[in-house]
Amino acid sequence: MTISREDIEKVAVLARIRLDEEQIPALEDDLGNILSLVDQLRAADTDNVEPLSHPLDAVQRLRADNVTETNQREAFQAIAPATEDGLYLVPRVIE
Amino acid sequence: MHNKSVAELTRELESGKISSVELTREFLDRIKTEDQQYNSFITVTEDQAMADAKSADEQRAAGKASVWTGVPFAHKDIFCTNGVATTAGSKMLANFVPPYDSTVTANFRAAGAVCLGKTNMDEFAMGSSNESSFFGPVTNPWGLSAGEKRVPGGSSGGSAAAIAARLVPAATATDTGGSIRQPAALCGITGLKPTYGRVSRYGIIAFASSLDQGGTMARTAEDNALMLNVMAGFDPKDSTSANQAVPDYTATLNEPLKGLRVGLPKEYFSDQLSPAMEQQIRNAVKEYEKLGATVKEVSLPHAKLAIAAYYVIAPAEASANLSRFDGVRYGYRCESPQDLNDLYTRTRAEGFGDEVKRRILVGTYALSAGYFDAYYLKAQKVRRLIQQDFINAFKEVDVLMSPVSPSPAFVQGANTNDPVTMYLEDIFTIAVNLAGVPAMSVPAGFVDGLPVGLQIIGNYFEEARLLNAAHQFQQVTDWHQKLPQ
Repeated sequence: MTISREDIEKVAVLARIRLDEEQIPALEDDLGNILSLVDQLRAADTDNVEPLSHPLDAVQRLRADNVTETNQREAFQAIAPATEDGLYLVPRVIE
Repeated sequence: MHNKSVAELTRELESGKISSVELTREFLDRIKTEDQQYNSFITVTEDQAMADAKSADEQRAAGKASVWTGVPFAHKDIFCTNGVATTAGSKMLANFVPPYDSTVTANFRAAGAVCLGKTNMDEFAMGSSNESSFFGPVTNPWGLSAGEKRVPGGSSGGSAAAIAARLVPAATATDTGGSIRQPAALCGITGLKPTYGRVSRYGIIAFASSLDQGGTMARTAEDNALMLNVMAGFDPKDSTSANQAVPDYTATLNEPLKGLRVGLPKEYFSDQLSPAMEQQIRNAVKEYEKLGATVKEVSLPHAKLAIAAYYVIAPAEASANLSRFDGVRYGYRCESPQDLNDLYTRTRAEGFGDEVKRRILVGTYALSAGYFDAYYLKAQKVRRLIQQDFINAFKEVDVLMSPVSPSPAFVQGANTNDPVTMYLEDIFTIAVNLAGVPAMSVPAGFVDGLPVGLQIIGNYFEEARLLNAAHQFQQVTDWHQKLPQ
């Protein structure tokens, strides 16, 4: 299994990870090797097999619609990289 | 005192032979003088530990002590600790101080245990050698006397090395594909990965949410039982927590093993296993026969597909979980971002290490349009086949036994060039996580002076049976008492 340079660049955009040009050849090798390992799955006969997403086959538990959390904005924002007036700051999005 | 087990330390504290303040001081001093050679701790919380020890002694004097009151231990640095840095071994979280406690850390706090600090780990628990930590690799105490720097295993390598080096008597850990059992095996200690959902995941930094499970590490099975008594239980804050009654895991440790039905999965005694390793495991199984167990061969026909299924499912879940690290609300942020996209992509490029990035990219690929069915859905179907193998096996036997790892601790740097070679280190442990069943690693001998671990796998929620089997083995063997030179 090989993975193309274009695929790696596309996936990096989706994953929001900037890649430098010189990182790509090693990633082609490493990701290609991982996908070759994963390709063993093709050999398995999975007709009529239900996918397993949770080992105990549990379903999402519901709770009563009550307020259970108190507002801790100051504690949460104390560890943020940049805040102002109770808001998180990011670079300007709208000119 | 530092060679004593948790159970022994509790008795010493009860008898008044030593105070928690003295005990805590002794372990803190050992960390100070010894840990430079192992690097098993990321953070040591000396002042907090001494304050906690003092209040533990006051509790005891007031007649309000329980088993853990005043006993020192450590947390893997993946459990959020209120007011104490929690890094997950990553540059991304190097400055992260959680404003809340995980359920596990809160439980130990309530039990009066004294946390000495946070142990080193592979970045975001992705690794089998503890070489991917932003805070540097951990060195295994075993092999050092021969002048070799060997890996402690991973990802809970800091917890395992710290216990093996007698820097703490016990430590918490997590296991997504073998991250408790493999380092426990490589460091010659005892570790337990409980059933998925047995221990709350609330406040454990997430890697792969359908596989992650918090668990225990200590020298003895008895100490693992004492830890699980504190950790196990239903938690409304974790939507996948199991709502099942929790037994006293120490109550059944002394049950006789007569009639225990042991299965040996033939797929786990394969070519990948060195003859010397196999001999140690076979010898351990013979001990069980002497204790009254019956042994038969069983088959897990889909076990050979476990690594392939895991390396779709775990990266897919990781790519989703780790999308939260965006440089906005907490953790690392790149310098002078030009725009929002630059903020995201550079923060993540600079904050994550190579192995984490590889897994995010693989996971994103497996989940992307056109590949979802071929990879993710296919892997989930194979996961059901693997689970069915275990369900079938447990119709015939009570526990399964196998090696934990194909070889003992390897030299640092030996497997870092090829991710796939490193992944094969978990060939005997990964199917257990996919099925969600509990499993232990128990010291079972040595190869070339390095510890070997016996894996004991149980049916869902049968942790007590595993601990009983491990404890009885430790009554007739002394592998778990051996000390690295």
